Order: sequence, then structure tokens, then C-alpha cells
Amino acid sequence: MKQFLFFIQKEFYHLLRDKRTLFILFGMPVVQIVIFGFALTNEVKNSRIAILDQSKDEATASIIQQLEASQYFDIEKNLQSEADIEPAFREGKIKLVVVFPSQFQSTLLHTNSSPIQLIADATDPNVANTLTNYASAIILDYQNNIRGNQDFPYTIQTEMRMLYNPQMKGSYNFVPGVMAMVLMLVCAMMTSISIVREKEIGTMEVILVSPMVPLRVVIAKMVPYLLLSMINIGSILVLSVFALDVPIQGSLLLLVFECFLFTITSLALGLFISSITNSQQTAMLISLMGMFLPTIMFSGFMFPVENMPLPLQVISNIVPAKWFYYIVKAVMIKGLGFFSIWKETLILAGMTTMLMLISIKKFKTRLE
Amino acid sequence: MIAVKVDSVKKTFKAEKSVVTALQQINFDVSKGELFGLIGPDGAGKTTLFRILTTLMLADEGTASVDGFDVVRDYKEIRKRVGYMPGRFSLYQDLTVEENLSFFATLFNTSLEENYDLVKAIYQQIEPFKKRRAGALSGGMKQKLALSCALIHRPSVLFLDEPTTGVDAVSRKEFWELLRDLQKHQITIIVSTPYMDEASLCDRVALMQNGKIMEINSPKGITENFKKPLWAVRGENMYQLMQTLQASEAIDSCYPFGQYHHVTFTHAIPDSQAEIELAKIAPVLEVKKIPATIEDCFMELMRQ
Repeated sequence: MKQFLFFIQKEFYHLLRDKRTLFILFGMPVVQIVIFGFALTNEVKNSRIAILDQSKDEATASIIQQLEASQYFDIEKNLQSEADIEPAFREGKIKLVVVFPSQFQSTLLHTNSSPIQLIADATDPNVANTLTNYASAIILDYQNNIRGNQDFPYTIQTEMRMLYNPQMKGSYNFVPGVMAMVLMLVCAMMTSISIVREKEIGTMEVILVSPMVPLRVVIAKMVPYLLLSMINIGSILVLSVFALDVPIQGSLLLLVFECFLFTITSLALGLFISSITNSQQTAMLISLMGMFLPTIMFSGFMFPVENMPLPLQVISNIVPAKWFYYIVKAVMIKGLGFFSIWKETLILAGMTTMLMLISIKKFKTRLE
Repeated sequence: MIAVKVDSVKKTFKAEKSVVTALQQINFDVSKGELFGLIGPDGAGKTTLFRILTTLMLADEGTASVDGFDVVRDYKEIRKRVGYMPGRFSLYQDLTVEENLSFFATLFNTSLEENYDLVKAIYQQIEPFKKRRAGALSGGMKQKLALSCALIHRPSVLFLDEPTTGVDAVSRKEFWELLRDLQKHQITIIVSTPYMDEASLCDRVALMQNGKIMEINSPKGITENFKKPLWAVRGENMYQLMQTLQASEAIDSCYPFGQYHHVTFTHAIPDSQAEIELAKIAPVLEVKKIPATIEDCFMELMRQ
């Protein structure tokens, strides 16, 4: 036991003396949360639009005013003719053009119907989609207003309620994602690199030619990263609660326990990577390509897994981050208890045990 | 008493498509307390042999034992009692001298205090720098620290793979003195080196080339086996002199050695005739008869 503690102490020396890496490890989660929280967001705000109003009557003025008033749109310019539309898009600033036909109000009043054309820049399909939806909603709102008290015999009104995330904030989605990413990076990559470093500098040879069970030295390597990860989880949670207003709905204890479990999974992955590589570069590449990318792509954090083709959905099941992401969302955002996530927890625990067993079995007592 | 026994060991590596033979039919014994040198250029198979003996690799054929334990079957026993300093061993650069030592001591379940008498001579030289990080030590100091780390658990057999490579001449000399000292503690030392001049400091040496041992003998025995008279020759233009001599039928061998070329004749000639014979072939400034060095013997063996 005393030996083991000494080995852990040695790993702390390695970690604490590499100031730059340490700074990155502690700074990364903070920076990621801040960047995702305030800069990178797929919410659409203040998009520049243009208006082509060929009617210029009371109705169009009112709709334009409502568009202007919403936080989604900034009216950049008023176009004079249809020929101006294309050049306006080419400039690249304008994302949407709202076209009112001539005689808009009188057509509306006399025929009970009048068209409005929404032309969107669909180079980014998601933005185009969102913008046209917002604009349609505003126009629909106006229609309901002018309808006033007149009773239509049959109307269906949809009433929407956004559960768990009423303000539709993106941060509810990415906080769990960033947690998965950071844990993957800190644990899987850093442990694999630090184990492989021992092979590179030749100390692994000496460790092997000693009465010590080499695995103990390796396990000792995981402890500092486990601690570091828990600190990172702490800072992510504090930031998300106090800076991004993402509350922790469920049990904090359960959340921390699940994070702990996923940290062990990542450490096991790191150990596994180190058992199949011999250079730090390879270890890093495998961690980045083989672990980090799937975490981003298949966890559902950036792209919904449900929309993927079936083969990819099947593949996503072997990505541990997918399960972790699900668990954190369930506990943190939905406030569910352990009984709703025991299956996912079990899968994660199973993966961890498997990875540990394989890496221990693969751990070589000789050089070949 | 035999400390290390190697019996017809063979080892091959698969590289891309071809098979590289690293060791072929290696046989030798090292007795207890002996300072045994493996001398040979890079690629001779020294490191592979070390790895087989330190149980890090398995031989394709043949058997080997260290301290009476088989390197395959009893590898755990061997790992308890040998000290190993790999060639590319560079310690933990970010740990201090003291921390490096205590790490290796802990690894072997011991402490610096326990075996202080053994490492004392070496450790005293690096002790002034004990708070310094290993990365900031000079090459010679690093090797001394690595040697202390390999010795910390009082091994019965010590394997040193090219410990003096990349170390300056003074530190090399000091290092060899330390090894000589260690023999007093009845530690068997097997050391490899590409430097021929270090061979004379061993009790016995094995000259290795291309995975084969060409000769095993005491350094004195090896040089005595060099039967031909050897001449050191100096000339105005050394490069041209070497080319002319090598092209000549009367000259058997000619190798550059610092300021002189070492030359042997194809047919025996009286000593007094040597300078005259050489002058016939090329202009020479100085000719003197010299005893053969290990390197001369190595060159000679390589030619055969």
C-alpha cells in the first residue's frame, strides 16, 4: 500500500510539474463551457433580413413592425424591386427576404387570402428553416389578431409547452456534451499518453524487470486523472448552474456518481489504448480520432442519433459517451432518479469492466 | 560458479517482408563476479541479447539462465535479482535525482538507506545535485544516476546496455572505475559497448558482429591471438597513403587509426625490411611496430 501511494505521488509530480498541460487540463472545461455558452450557439438571434414591400399599406406596415420588434430579426434594408433580391443575398449579409405582393391589404380583405413570400438563404439549411419558421409564426400571429372576434366555426389551436427546457436554451444540450468530451479527453487521452511515455523513455523496461506487478504502476497513473476529472466536473457544474442558468434538476449525488463511473470508463479506454500503442503520437491520434470524434458525433450532443441511418445508430451504441450523455441529460435536465437510468448505468458499467479486463489481459509482461 | 549461461540462443525478427536474424547460435558463460563485455557495433545484436537475458524477450531457440534461473520459466525470480539499465534509459526528466532514486528503490521494495554502502561511491558524486531535476543533469551524471537506480536493490547480476554511449571521455573513464569497484561486492556485470577501447577494462569480452559472437576471450588473450606483425604508418597525405596501401598486393590490411594507419603485410618480412618495403609502395614519414589493440583484432575477425 505504501508503495502504491508512492507511485501515485510520483504521478502527481509528473502532472503538477508540467505547468502548461496542467493549465490546459484545468482551463479546457471552463473555456469550452464559455465558448459553447456564449459564442457558439445554434439559437438564431438578430438575423439580418430585407423587406420587399410592393404594397406599402397598413397591413404590411404592421407585419413589418412586428418582425422588427422580435429579437430574431433585424431589418437590414428595404428592397425596391424583385431584381434587388438576388444581389441582396449575394452580398451575404441577408438571410431572409420577406416579399409582400402589391395590393396586399385589399386582396386580403376582399378575397380573404393573400400570399407572402419568404425567401431564405438555405446555404445553412438549419438557419433557413428556423428563420422561415419564426417569420411564419409572426405572420400567423398577425392573422389571428386581425381575425379578432369573428368566430370561425372550426378552428384547431395548437398550444405548445416546452418541457424541461421552456426557454429552449442550447446550453441544456451542450453542458452534458461538454462533460462527456472533457472526461474523454482528460482521462482517455492523458492516461494513454502518460503510460506510453514510460514505454518511450525506456522506464517501462526497467519497471518490467522488477518484482513489482507492472499493472500497479499503471493503475497508480489513473488516480491523479480521476481526481483532476472530478475537479473538472465540479467546475463545469458550477459554471453551468451560475453562469448559464442550467439547473441541476435531479440528485447531485447521483450525477456525481454517474460522472465517476464514466471517468472510470474513460480511464479504462486510456489503458486500453496504451496497451495497443507504443508511441505518444499514436496514442494521441487514436484518442482523438477513435474516442473524441465519436464522442462528438455519436453521443447525440451535436447531431441527433435518431436521425442517423440505421448502421450508424447501431455503431453509436458502442460509444460510451452516448450512454453517459443520455444519463446526464436525464438526471441533470429532466431530474429523473436512478430507476429511470439503471439500464444505461449498467451498460456503462459493463463496458468499463470489459475494457478493464481486456486491457489487463493485453498488458504485456514482456516487450513483444 | 556460473552466473549467466547462454546456450545456442537464436532470435529473429520479422520486418515488413523479410526476416532479420538478430542473434544466431549465441553461446557463452559468465562466472560470478565477472565483468563481462559485449563489444560490437550498432546492430550487432547486443540489445536483443540483453532483453532475452532480462526476460523482456523470448528467444526463438536455445536456453539461457541467470543466477541458475531459466529466463522463460523463472522470469519472476530473475526480475527480483537483476539490475537492468536499458540503452535508451533516460530516467524521469521531470523528477529530481532524489525522487528518481526513491522511485526505483520503491519499485524494488527497498530504500536508499538500506543499500547505501553499495551505491555510496556513485551516489556521493551526484548527491550535490539531489534536488535537481534529472533532465537538467549532464550526460555523465545522468548515467551515474541511472547506474545508482539499477543498483539500488543490490542485484546479483547487473546488465548495462551501452551505458557510456554519448558520454564524454572523462565521465566514461569514471564510469568504468565505478564498475570495477562494484566487483568487490561480488556483483556480476555484463556490459555492452560499441567502444573498442573499453574492452580492455573488462575481465573477458565477447566480440559481436551481425548477431554472431566472433570470439570470447580476455582482452589480453584476444590481442595475443593477433599473430601478424602490425605496423603503424604515417605519411604526408594520409588519405592517399591509405588508398595506395590498400590497393597494393603486398599489403594485407590497412585501417586508419587516428594519426596512424595500421598495416599488415601479406607475406612475412623481417622487421628491418618493413620500412623499406613500405617506402617502395608509397612515400612514408614514419613506420613503427606496435602491439595489436582490440580494434585491430575486431577488424581482422570481421574480415574472416
